[in-house]
Amino acid sequence: MSAATATVAPSRAGAPTRAALWKTPILLAVFALGAIVLLVPFARDGSSPFILATRSDLVQLPTLVVPARTTGVVFAVLIVACAIVSVLRAVAGRRTPLWLVVVFAVLVLAGFLVWADAGADRGITVPSLLVGGLSLSTPLIYGALGGVLSERAGVVNVAIEGQLLGGAFVSALVASAVAHPLASAFGESNVNGVAGFLGTIAALLAAAGAGVIVSLLLAVFGIRYIVDQVIVGVVLNVLVTGLTSFFYSAVLAKDAQLLNSPPQLPSLQIPVLSSIPIIGPVLFQGTLITYVMYVAVAAVWFALFKTRWGLRLRAVGEHPRAADTVGIKVNRKRFSTVVIAGAVAGFGGVFFTLGSVGGFTKEVTAGAGFIALAAVIFGRWDPLRATLAGLLFGFATNLQYVLSSIGSPVPGEFMRMVPYVATVLAVAGLVGQSRAPAADGKPYIPS
Amino acid sequence: MSEQIPGLGQVEEPPEPGQSPMVHAEEPSRWRAALSEILGGSAAISVLAIVVGLLVGAVFIALFDEDVHSAAAYFFARPGDTFEAILQPYVLLFRGSVWYPGPDLLSSLAPLTSSLYNATPLIATGLGIALAFRVGLFNIGAQGQVILGAIFAGIVTFDLPLPAGLQLPVALVASLVGGAVWGGVVGALRAWTGAHEVITTIMLNYVALNLLIYLLKTPVLQLSGQVSPKSPPVPDAAALPLLIPRPDYKLDLGFVIVLVVTAIVAWLFNRSSLGFRFRAVGENPSAARTAGIDVKRVYFLAMVLSGLLAGLGGFLLLFSQANHTQGLSPSFDASRVGFDAITVALLGRSRPWGVFLAGLLLGALHAGSFDMQGLVPNELVGVIQSVIVLLIAAPPLVRAMFHLPQPVAARPRRTSLRKAVVSK
Repeated sequence: MSAATATVAPSRAGAPTRAALWKTPILLAVFALGAIVLLVPFARDGSSPFILATRSDLVQLPTLVVPARTTGVVFAVLIVACAIVSVLRAVAGRRTPLWLVVVFAVLVLAGFLVWADAGADRGITVPSLLVGGLSLSTPLIYGALGGVLSERAGVVNVAIEGQLLGGAFVSALVASAVAHPLASAFGESNVNGVAGFLGTIAALLAAAGAGVIVSLLLAVFGIRYIVDQVIVGVVLNVLVTGLTSFFYSAVLAKDAQLLNSPPQLPSLQIPVLSSIPIIGPVLFQGTLITYVMYVAVAAVWFALFKTRWGLRLRAVGEHPRAADTVGIKVNRKRFSTVVIAGAVAGFGGVFFTLGSVGGFTKEVTAGAGFIALAAVIFGRWDPLRATLAGLLFGFATNLQYVLSSIGSPVPGEFMRMVPYVATVLAVAGLVGQSRAPAADGKPYIPS
Repeated sequence: MSEQIPGLGQVEEPPEPGQSPMVHAEEPSRWRAALSEILGGSAAISVLAIVVGLLVGAVFIALFDEDVHSAAAYFFARPGDTFEAILQPYVLLFRGSVWYPGPDLLSSLAPLTSSLYNATPLIATGLGIALAFRVGLFNIGAQGQVILGAIFAGIVTFDLPLPAGLQLPVALVASLVGGAVWGGVVGALRAWTGAHEVITTIMLNYVALNLLIYLLKTPVLQLSGQVSPKSPPVPDAAALPLLIPRPDYKLDLGFVIVLVVTAIVAWLFNRSSLGFRFRAVGENPSAARTAGIDVKRVYFLAMVLSGLLAGLGGFLLLFSQANHTQGLSPSFDASRVGFDAITVALLGRSRPWGVFLAGLLLGALHAGSFDMQGLVPNELVGVIQSVIVLLIAAPPLVRAMFHLPQPVAARPRRTSLRKAVVSK
């Protein structure tokens, strides 16, 4: 991470300004104040049960029942302590470290959960809360990785939504169209066997291909024809929405049995690891796209910051003229990067069709691409931070479902707003410093 | 857009006079030329884009319409049938949007009134987006501003005990305020924190949508005694009155409002001092600042006005005579209007009467799309629209397709210099 941040701000090196230094402490203080209000005067009585075990666990953890009021106060104290540490560091002229912010966020979240869960009959099932959160983050993280790659090379990618949607559509179509005929050829009764597996593989490749096609359009218009990349992105979203909706009605819906009933990705349980309580179900019982995601996050980070390929990519995004001077073909580099980014984002689209029950429906992504874009910005164009942001946003979305299922007083709509409001605050510079790669969105015209 | 083309996120404002200028001066002129070309290109490109869009639509019809397939089976015997089958959805589109042969002239024209009715909110919202374009801001947040306009108008109508005659004007004003607030937030963030308007508008769209759904579940907007998130219908007395009182006509007072507003915006753009400042900032923010224009204030004002017009769009959508009984619900059509309005603004080249015409076209496409449903999915209209707007956004591509000459004004300076040298 330190390598990442060191390379993020080359053009504005130097000590952080006073204002930048105080942003985080002030924000933490505001949240701490909110936490105190919620957890002390508005504390709710009763106990908050948290179910920790799932059936497949090696050791069955008992259900954790905590007294809501007392625990809330304890959390309030811890939260305030974190905020004070942050303020003290700022007084001493030092930044608030990322880990402190993460700890703070976890504490606030835990305190909030205890408060929201108070008096519930069954309580919150912690593993399913986390599993659902990770699952909903999956497309966001793929989208965000695609966004980070493309924007680091200097091409604004508003078309993530289109890439996800294209991937979702194509994967549903290809998986069904491959799996069903093969299944009958192999004499299998359903698509959960070899035929389904082959169909899935074909679908994964096709989804990446769909993302590539969308990003090729983005590259051709944005780089070759120097059309405003934001406008192209917006238009591409509209185009993909129109095309997939049309094909859905014209093709898929007419023969849904054959063309829109893809096999579902099986859950792959890693032996032993998957039966660790809490961690097991969350991390080691995912589907193929979950595991590929772990690899993809690490790979993108490594490629961006530890390889020559990544150095060149970032050079092209930060200072294309300089990159050109040392012999990097700026537009060619951008072109290839955007194509790879499209493949990554398109791959994420698989989640919407093969990752859950049912096939493709119109506009199935429902704005996930824009949340992914939010994650890119909230994560400051860094793959790891963007992943964290994606996790946060996915978790927030899932929390809303869980809270409404236990009948919590918090309206789900406000939970849904979290990613969007957080991003607005981030770009307004209220949360940390959000700075795009210097040449992001600027076409490069070689002289 | 500002002097350097901003990446998303925070925008670096051009330096204040007296400050040392930033180092990158990567031919902003050429980039600016490309952008102004999109907005200032000739009407010919708009027309060609529409033609290509319809042609692409025809290809889709040919591929997916079963009537075409059956006619194609005997293509070489009677090729006319195939073409007729391909044209058939367009004929239905025309019948649904302009002229449906009826017993008399007035009833035959009923589809036209429904096109005008559909165009009404699109024009208002499109004008808002066009206004922001003028200042170099890309307002993708019309959807949110439309929603806020509708929310505000809904609150004053459903919650205030106003006399029947006052409901309409008060709701109109409230919708303007609602849209202006939502746009103003974006403008303020852009002006004083440098937050890029594309990001903030996208995000605020979803905030607005969730706000609407939330309010629809609370007594503020929810129809009492209802479980589903749905508001009461707009009272008949408050709905925009029909211009021609015929049951098959949908055209209401909203269209007159939009006509007036288009004229006002045209005056604002071309005749007023504010419009001059808008344009100056849009053309070159640095020069505008040097000339003493408060660029930040202009950004803020432009977004307020842009949101205001989109809010008006929300009002027109909610209070139209044909739609007012629907009230507000999560399926409120703001998302379509918000995004179609971008197409309208681009297709209309950000000129008020251009936007007006483009709005009519898209309104007609939308009105007619229901009639072609029987032959091809009406999402075809979405495909046609996005092809059109893609081509509009890429004038160089359209020119390449039709071998059009490059317009002189948009020609990059470098080339014209070279030409000048050659001609000497």
